[in-house]
Amino acid sequence: MYAGRSGQSVQSERIVPARLGVVMLCHDNMPLVARMARIWAEGGAAVAIHVDAKVPDADLAGMRASLAGVPGILFAPRRACEWGTFSLVAATQDAAEALLAAEPGLTHVLTTSGACLPLRPVAELIDYLSRRPDRDFIESVNAADVGWAVGGLDLERFTLRFPFSFRRQRGFFDRYVNLQRRLKVSRTIPDGVIPHLGSQWWCLTARTLAAILTDPRRPVFDRYFRRVWIPDESYFQTLARRHTLGIESRSLTLSKFDGQGKPYVFYDDHRDVLAQSGCFIARKIWPRAQALYDVFPKAHAQNDEPDSYMIDRLIDQAVSRRNVGRPGLYMQSRFPRKDAENGKTAAPYTVLYGMADAYPGLVEWLPDHVDADVHGRLFAPDGIEYGGGRRLGPGCLSDSPKVRDLDPQGFLTSLIRVSRRRQLFQFSPRDSQTLNWFMATDPNMRLLVVTGAWAVPLLHSGMPFDDVRRAAAILQRRELALLEVLDSVWLKARVERWNLAEVGADPVAPLAALLETDTVPQGAPGVADLTGMLAFLDRLRNAGLRPRKMGDFRHPNRTARAPILKDA
Amino acid sequence: MPGWWNRYRRRVRLRARRQYLLARAIRRRRALSPVADRTGDIGADAILCFVTLRNEAVRLPYFLDYYRKLGIDHFLIVDNDSDDGSRDLLAGQPDVSLWTTKASYKGSRFGLDWVNWLLFRHGTGHWCLTVDPDEFLVYPHCDVRPLRALTDWLESSSYRAFPAMLLDMYPRGTVSERPYLTGENPLDIASWFDPANYMIRKNGEYGNLWIQGGPRARAFFADDPHNAPALNKTPLVRWARHYAYVSSTHMLLPRSLNLVYDENGGERASGVLLHTKFLSTFVEKSDEELTRGQHYAGSREYRAYHSALQNRPQLWCPESVEYEGWRQLEHLGLISRGNWP
Repeated sequence: MYAGRSGQSVQSERIVPARLGVVMLCHDNMPLVARMARIWAEGGAAVAIHVDAKVPDADLAGMRASLAGVPGILFAPRRACEWGTFSLVAATQDAAEALLAAEPGLTHVLTTSGACLPLRPVAELIDYLSRRPDRDFIESVNAADVGWAVGGLDLERFTLRFPFSFRRQRGFFDRYVNLQRRLKVSRTIPDGVIPHLGSQWWCLTARTLAAILTDPRRPVFDRYFRRVWIPDESYFQTLARRHTLGIESRSLTLSKFDGQGKPYVFYDDHRDVLAQSGCFIARKIWPRAQALYDVFPKAHAQNDEPDSYMIDRLIDQAVSRRNVGRPGLYMQSRFPRKDAENGKTAAPYTVLYGMADAYPGLVEWLPDHVDADVHGRLFAPDGIEYGGGRRLGPGCLSDSPKVRDLDPQGFLTSLIRVSRRRQLFQFSPRDSQTLNWFMATDPNMRLLVVTGAWAVPLLHSGMPFDDVRRAAAILQRRELALLEVLDSVWLKARVERWNLAEVGADPVAPLAALLETDTVPQGAPGVADLTGMLAFLDRLRNAGLRPRKMGDFRHPNRTARAPILKDA
Repeated sequence: MPGWWNRYRRRVRLRARRQYLLARAIRRRRALSPVADRTGDIGADAILCFVTLRNEAVRLPYFLDYYRKLGIDHFLIVDNDSDDGSRDLLAGQPDVSLWTTKASYKGSRFGLDWVNWLLFRHGTGHWCLTVDPDEFLVYPHCDVRPLRALTDWLESSSYRAFPAMLLDMYPRGTVSERPYLTGENPLDIASWFDPANYMIRKNGEYGNLWIQGGPRARAFFADDPHNAPALNKTPLVRWARHYAYVSSTHMLLPRSLNLVYDENGGERASGVLLHTKFLSTFVEKSDEELTRGQHYAGSREYRAYHSALQNRPQLWCPESVEYEGWRQLEHLGLISRGNWP
């Protein structure tokens, strides 16, 4: 990702042999610190180690003993450091001053920690810096512009007051921030300070660093930053802008944050991506990732410029997995609330409402003519008709309607997610209607509706008329409830509608729409026998049940969905 | 009734329930007599495994081996009156602390009182895994990262509990076709599972998800799915003294420990417990358990198995999937790596 910038930084072609100093900020795992310090020192860097005052003296003594005899290591005065406070900046200042005083020939100073691991030999880093003299590698993003921090404060770090500990007094911290926002109070930023934010792992030229440390106005700046929130991500990032000869606004340390603002940790299995990246330093490394500590630092053959594309992608995927998730997945650790699903189903699917009644033989004919798994009535109350005559559905879905009705939404979403092909199933007012809203608000559904088709099986049923009338009343009520959903403003599905009279007059249109062609192939099922339908509907009307949404069987072509006659 | 009032009443109710469970667990500690108490060896950051078992000598060698490799530092096991040599086998292991009891399994809320007591006494401050001898934990990256990598990450993310639902495994062919021999990997025999046959509902009172389904729901409970066994589990918890398991490891108190899932569309990390109940040992076991009548809800589950087993059932079906590893489970959406890349 930095390839574009490399040209700019190398164009000078001036090589000034670099002499690198390293400031190590450490607060635990002293054996590891000793190991890292040895890598830096033996690679030719001068090292100043700052050990948190809270570390037990015995641990420190052990570390010092194991580093005895390694040249070029000095220990900075110890301070008690707390995350998010100025103590970390003060510790860096102390260590940097000590380092610059002890090694006057330094050209660059790098900050690192005990949990950082050099991925490439120190000599490669020194060589890299030698070919880019006068460049300050410090991520420095204007706080007033695009947000840099993940899920935290940006400019308000500089203008509010933070007397409470973020970690120990979280409630007070949040409430005090909100109070200041409401009262619109803010601190004045001193002249010459333009707030910038960035990673605290930087590599400055000794010249810039010395200029920051010996700035005559340093007491003013220090006093101001003492009350800034997380100053280690803003002090040097802001002040470097005052003194630099040229800033490369990126860190040489690979350090990524997750959506919750915590740094990502690398493990043994990241060895290859880390090696490929060509980054100089990585953080954080899991302390027990032995394979990483064994392999790195490792000489990097291919290219000189770090390229963290693979790692960025890995981490972006993880962030999106955590925040957005996979659409249409409902499982033990992802159970979205209604309308927070980020995709109700995983893939497009087709529902044929009433078409199986209007076109007898459609279910048997379709599988050879559509690229989809064609099922019968999946939501029938007395059984589940999976396609292909299978007893169990895709993904071992049960054949028991009772099991399905325990979680019908899970049934449908599992069916769609586990299948490779598009799913297509039959639906009618005779089926369970619990998913009407769920499906109607799902953009993945394509719904072809033939209203009034429920009357076809009744017409040919031969049941006593009283029973037919009772069934017709129930089915029509259910159909009207579905149409109300389809007419609502929340409809997201792709819906095409015909009534039974229109289908009788022009049988090709719905089939052509289903196959997404202009004509229908030979052998396509024809419309059910509708002779007698007119008399049947008249008889229902005379029995007190007004048939609706059937269309006009007397003049089928004339009534085609005139808006005013919508309810006719 | 305003929402806050209902929430307050629920809080009081659940606190009372939790205190009752803990009181029961503490009172019943005397039922446990130590056989080998090596709890003094438990280090400050040890990962502990808690098990209640009866007559599992055949399975134990592989079980211990599997979890040792995963990174369990110490096993705390309650033996409920085994007579097949399980006790001697366990007492001889250097990283096992063993208690034995002749008390009723049913009377101790299916062993939960014993486990809650051991968790109360030894679990505080540790990551504690509570499993049965036929359950094998699989989590994202488990082939390359030890359990401690997971617990370290959970801890740094301030998660206190890690969900792992039961995934019932079964052999191809009838359950009793191939005998399971001691030390064998049960997944070599029972290597198939249902990829997408799971019903999920939310339990409002305790906040957990209630998952049912899998082969047991489809083969044994097709007509009575409400009573199908629950599959949701939260086996891995960073324990604190005031925690308690409510019903097996399906539910915990305080309620916040059950909120291991994301409701805004994102995914949190999760694993599975591969449940290798359906081996050749299952047939004898289910006969024995039926006669003892010591299981949940009048051993309803075992009665269902017993009647179904008469017909030598096949759990396997053409839609079954053979287990390949955690990546396959993640692809199927049974587990998730969340934001642990």
